[in-house]
Amino acid sequence: MNCIIIDDEATARTIIKKLCSQLPELTVVDEFPNAIQAIKYLNKSEVDLIFLDIHMPDFTGFDFIQTIKNPPRIILTTSDSQFAIEAFEYSCIVDYLVKPLELPRFEKAIQKAKIFQSSNEVVVSNTKPSKAENNPEEKEKPSNEKDLYVNIDRRLIKIDIPTIYLIEAKGDYINIKTEDKNYTVHSTLKKIEDKLPESTFLKVHRSYIINIKKIIDIEDNSVLIKKDVIPVSRSNRPELMKRLNLL
Amino acid sequence: METPNMSYIHSLSGGDKEFEEQLLTIVKKEFPQEKSAYLDEINKENYVKAAECVHKLKHKISILGLEKSYKLADRYENNLKEVNLELQNDFHAILNVITDYLEN
Repeated sequence: MNCIIIDDEATARTIIKKLCSQLPELTVVDEFPNAIQAIKYLNKSEVDLIFLDIHMPDFTGFDFIQTIKNPPRIILTTSDSQFAIEAFEYSCIVDYLVKPLELPRFEKAIQKAKIFQSSNEVVVSNTKPSKAENNPEEKEKPSNEKDLYVNIDRRLIKIDIPTIYLIEAKGDYINIKTEDKNYTVHSTLKKIEDKLPESTFLKVHRSYIINIKKIIDIEDNSVLIKKDVIPVSRSNRPELMKRLNLL
Repeated sequence: METPNMSYIHSLSGGDKEFEEQLLTIVKKEFPQEKSAYLDEINKENYVKAAECVHKLKHKISILGLEKSYKLADRYENNLKEVNLELQNDFHAILNVITDYLEN
């Protein structure tokens, strides 16, 4: 795993580099004393893992996470345990290490990062399997009765499919918007499209799938869903119009 | 009063003397800067900024194996955010002990 270190303390960066050198799967490709320099680097280069300090002058670790597009896996390193709850609200954060760092705990965090890499994808489970199993057609095209389970931080979280109103692609991730909550999942629009009932969901743009039952209005080449205005590509517009109960 | 020690640095280095020297050189460079920044903020009565400086200094305190002092610094950091200087003398004593250790 290629990784970078962001910490305003040279002492902390030196310690993290030393710990990384003891794990052959890790290669430290660069280190930064502030988040701004790291953002510039990430605009040009990709990494697998970031060791990120929270407390930094001017631009904190959390500011950094909110700024970068498609964040890779992040391990937070801090002298404070008080941010742990906030930290796990970000799906890209795999672990939270409190300084002074020690090798056994550091190794555990790296193991988590490896598991995180291989497990963050969409899976579907049927809460009423007997019906679907008896009907092969329904098995391939899930019905409205199904729930969608998404894997976030190694937890399978159930989403009630009818509550989903929008799914947007964001690089290697998709953002699933429901009536109650948004979920960011490492997956693709194609994968989730295959798991949703065709009768309700339609891909209207290369970056958007909408729940057509949630449309408020349609204007030219866009639809209004909740407060989101979603573009409709020219090639997808005929299919959208076909699905609507037009007077 | 606790005495600074190399136990954490030794456990980290696994006997790598070059790394130990490198780390100590960096600590010797950063600690006086962080201490000076902290004292500046205290003199200006910028207690929230002083608390941020204590936060940084806490890491150095832990690296030098000062476990009880780390806990005191942690409390002092939180106190400063509420303009409570109760533990100031104890914290300054810790800084002086570390200064003596790093200079000798």
